[in-house]
Amino acid sequence: MSDSSFPILSLAIWIPIVAGFIIIALGDRRARPLAAATSALTLLVSLPLYFAFERGTAAVQFAENKAWLPDFGINYTLGIDGISMPLILLTTLINVVVVISAWQVIKDRPAMYLGAFQIMTGLMVGVFSALDAILFYVFFEATLIPMFLIIGIWGGPNRVYATIKFFLYTFLGSVFMLVALIYMGRLGGSFSVLGMHTLELGREQQMWIFMAFLLAFAVKIPMWPVHTWLPDAHVEAPTAGSAVLAAIMLKMGGYGFLRFSLPITPDASSRMDTFMIAISLVAIVYIGFVALAQRDMKKLIAYSSISHMGFVTLGIFIAFRLIAKGDDAGVALGLEGAIIQMVSHGFISAAMFLCVGVMYDRVHSREISSYGGVVNTMPIFAAFMVFFALANAGLPGTSGFVGEFMVILASFKTNFWIAFLAALTLILGAAYTLWMVKRVIFGPVANDNVAALTDIGRREFWMLAILALFVLLVGLWPNFIGGVMHASVENLVQHISIPKY
Amino acid sequence: MDNMLIASPEIFLLTATCAVLVIGLFTSAKSQIIYWLSQATLLVAFLLSFSQVGDVQSVREGGQLTAFSGAYGIDAMSTSLKSWILLIAIGVFLYSRDYLTDRRIARSEYYVLGLFAVAGMMIMVSAINMLTVYLGLELLALSQYAMVALYRDDKRAAEAAMKYFVLGALASGMLLYGMSIVYGATGSLDLATIHSLLTGGGVGPQAMQSIGARFGLTFIIVGIAFKLGAVPFHMWVPDVYEGAPTSVAMFISTAPKIAAFAMLIRLLVDGLGSLNADWQQMLAILAALSMIVGNLVAIAQTNIKRMLAYSTISHVGFLLMGIVGATAESYSASMFYAITYAFTTLAAFGVLVVLSRDGHEAVMLDDLAGLGRRNVLLATVMMLAMISLAGVPPLVGFYAKLSVLKAAINADYLWLALVGVGMSVIGAFYYLRVIKLMFFDDPVDSNEVHIAGDVSAGLAVNGLGVIVLGVFPSLIMGACIAAFS
Repeated sequence: MSDSSFPILSLAIWIPIVAGFIIIALGDRRARPLAAATSALTLLVSLPLYFAFERGTAAVQFAENKAWLPDFGINYTLGIDGISMPLILLTTLINVVVVISAWQVIKDRPAMYLGAFQIMTGLMVGVFSALDAILFYVFFEATLIPMFLIIGIWGGPNRVYATIKFFLYTFLGSVFMLVALIYMGRLGGSFSVLGMHTLELGREQQMWIFMAFLLAFAVKIPMWPVHTWLPDAHVEAPTAGSAVLAAIMLKMGGYGFLRFSLPITPDASSRMDTFMIAISLVAIVYIGFVALAQRDMKKLIAYSSISHMGFVTLGIFIAFRLIAKGDDAGVALGLEGAIIQMVSHGFISAAMFLCVGVMYDRVHSREISSYGGVVNTMPIFAAFMVFFALANAGLPGTSGFVGEFMVILASFKTNFWIAFLAALTLILGAAYTLWMVKRVIFGPVANDNVAALTDIGRREFWMLAILALFVLLVGLWPNFIGGVMHASVENLVQHISIPKY
Repeated sequence: MDNMLIASPEIFLLTATCAVLVIGLFTSAKSQIIYWLSQATLLVAFLLSFSQVGDVQSVREGGQLTAFSGAYGIDAMSTSLKSWILLIAIGVFLYSRDYLTDRRIARSEYYVLGLFAVAGMMIMVSAINMLTVYLGLELLALSQYAMVALYRDDKRAAEAAMKYFVLGALASGMLLYGMSIVYGATGSLDLATIHSLLTGGGVGPQAMQSIGARFGLTFIIVGIAFKLGAVPFHMWVPDVYEGAPTSVAMFISTAPKIAAFAMLIRLLVDGLGSLNADWQQMLAILAALSMIVGNLVAIAQTNIKRMLAYSTISHVGFLLMGIVGATAESYSASMFYAITYAFTTLAAFGVLVVLSRDGHEAVMLDDLAGLGRRNVLLATVMMLAMISLAGVPPLVGFYAKLSVLKAAINADYLWLALVGVGMSVIGAFYYLRVIKLMFFDDPVDSNEVHIAGDVSAGLAVNGLGVIVLGVFPSLIMGACIAAFS
């Protein structure tokens, strides 16, 4: 690991955090331009991570290492590889969209609102770049505080229930991970994540540690049956809160599986893979049906998120069956499919929530039945909404297709029925998304509210256009993000195919 | 080496306190002179104590610096704990000032009793002889009984004081009884001598000694657990917190916990360290029970002082969880916990005391409703304190939890660590509820909150400290580790 001369990662973490506090301190009047400047600057700072990224290697890049709590052996270690880099850029990009979306909509204490989002962006970049286990945990948990406040202060009518449930659920999941991390720190004498990858762990130890990780990441991503916090949190959160929650916070769970569960406890993951595949399939199929029954648009998208995250866990845990068959290419296909699915879902779910937000700002209802025939009054918006809905349903040419297709392809290599059940999503996803679109967008104008709608303005147009651009970019040119992760994924495949005991 | 000057902070403090007591008789109730004199006394004592940090380090190899025929000594632990006790007492006096003025509670007495209590704590921290430990403890306890009763027209305060006194006296009796048995078994009151007599025992008279000492140990632990408020010896804590004037509850819940920690280290580690196999088990049970009962019962409270009382009980459990490991690492972890706990609780109680204005006590949770709209500073400081007490990073409470968890795991007390983290999730609920009330609910009482400039500056520093120590925990961690290396 070579230390980089210029601390890009630190800047991407601390610029938004410090600026967030400054925004809160300076008050409401200057909040908007400052937040815009901060988000743009953070995005600019993070761009070199993509363009200066060395693609051929799985080694940690842009590494930084400083003693932080030397008495405990805890270091401020940052660094990224091909798995974390796309997620960091996703975070900084979504942050820009968030600021645009909140520009006029938030009237109550905008400085606190925008400041909280900036702070959260910094913390989330920290989650994806921390290579010290305790540092990771600090960032992982710290993101709860701004999100707790965002949902609690600016959320809907049932916000208190939703935000406390959100906090306690995720807190419960992650404290046991802390115990596991401390335990491994004791065994290995260091909290370095990369050191933990090579830590010798026996059968029993791996099982317990795997369980601790599972609790943390399964709640976060979330997997069925510990997903129930997500619909509540999504529904009550303000629009931008839902977008960040779906686009980035869920990805921390998937990232955790890839960075911690798989490499640290490969044998336990391998032993548990049937279970993991089974609950992933439950998420994909059962939650898909649940989504079909929703009357609230945000709830529908929330359930659709859970279903899509089922693909991520499926792609990750299908790996061990393919390893048993000696099909390393298939393993890489599944894992890369999972990562692309995470990034793609980041764009699509954020866009879907923003679309609902656009309508909510005008009509103040999230019920599907309050709408109908929106296309007649908001043609431009309707085009965007239909586009994102198709992407959500996995239309080829959009990013939603790529990840799902790769994971289904990998599944076919192991077992037809796994692939069959996973592929059901192509039908279910299309059904619940398009049926919602049909009821909301098409048809005759349903009521006076819809008749009075005005189409999206410039601000809303650009916010959706940015996301649409990336949905198409990844859909048509998957190597745009696939290319940076090959080396890292292959390295991971190599690592997990060798048993630790 | 017998050098009285090593006790200079205590000597100065006691002398100055006597002077303050006399001056208090001749000043009018309105003047703030007693307040300023008390603060000056604490500040000078702090500087004196702080200046000893260097002395102690230079003679680290030689162990403790002792005085008064081995009854009193300073080491790295005592100097840094004393500095913290004094700093926190300064904060307590600052936040209490306007509360006392408003209520016309006999004011100079509050400060004088507070100063005596601080002197008691400092003696406890520096005692290396069982009698000195007891002396310091009683000086602290007697001052506290009187402080609880200061609001003498209030029935509940009188009741709380009576309960506190009776149970406290019982606990002191237990402690003294245990000490006398240990004295009977070993023939010494000097903790270092007791330690060397008990070490290596197993055959002959030493075995007898250690059986006697074990018997005494049980009583000593009961006494300590009473003073700390560990379950099942916690009954007095909520009643006293609720009944006492808020400023006194603030005093009781902060600095004395640091002193109680020091007493525990002195008696169990410095004195009975070789019996660790016995006290580790007892403390583990006390720790688990305290964490479970404290957190579960706190959920049901509607009175915020009672809630904080149960929260204290649960934190005592965490503090004990650190010591259970019986290694240098675990002692420094607990020391870190004690200091940061006192510092954070100071902020939480500080907000309550400041909010209790004009005869209205902010005691019910609903009094905090909508505080975020009434006064952002108070609400933010309270929020930071709550998040820190819940143990969420990046605030300092997280590192305190991290250090005791790490100590427990490294000492193979994994089950205790699991109980701890499980309970901290439950604890998070009632801390979050406070934040919910302040930021998500609308105010019930829409009066503006006026705070004096220096008090709000103090609160701001206190809240900022919770963040800064969270980002740079090594600022205190280093001292805690040095204390036991």
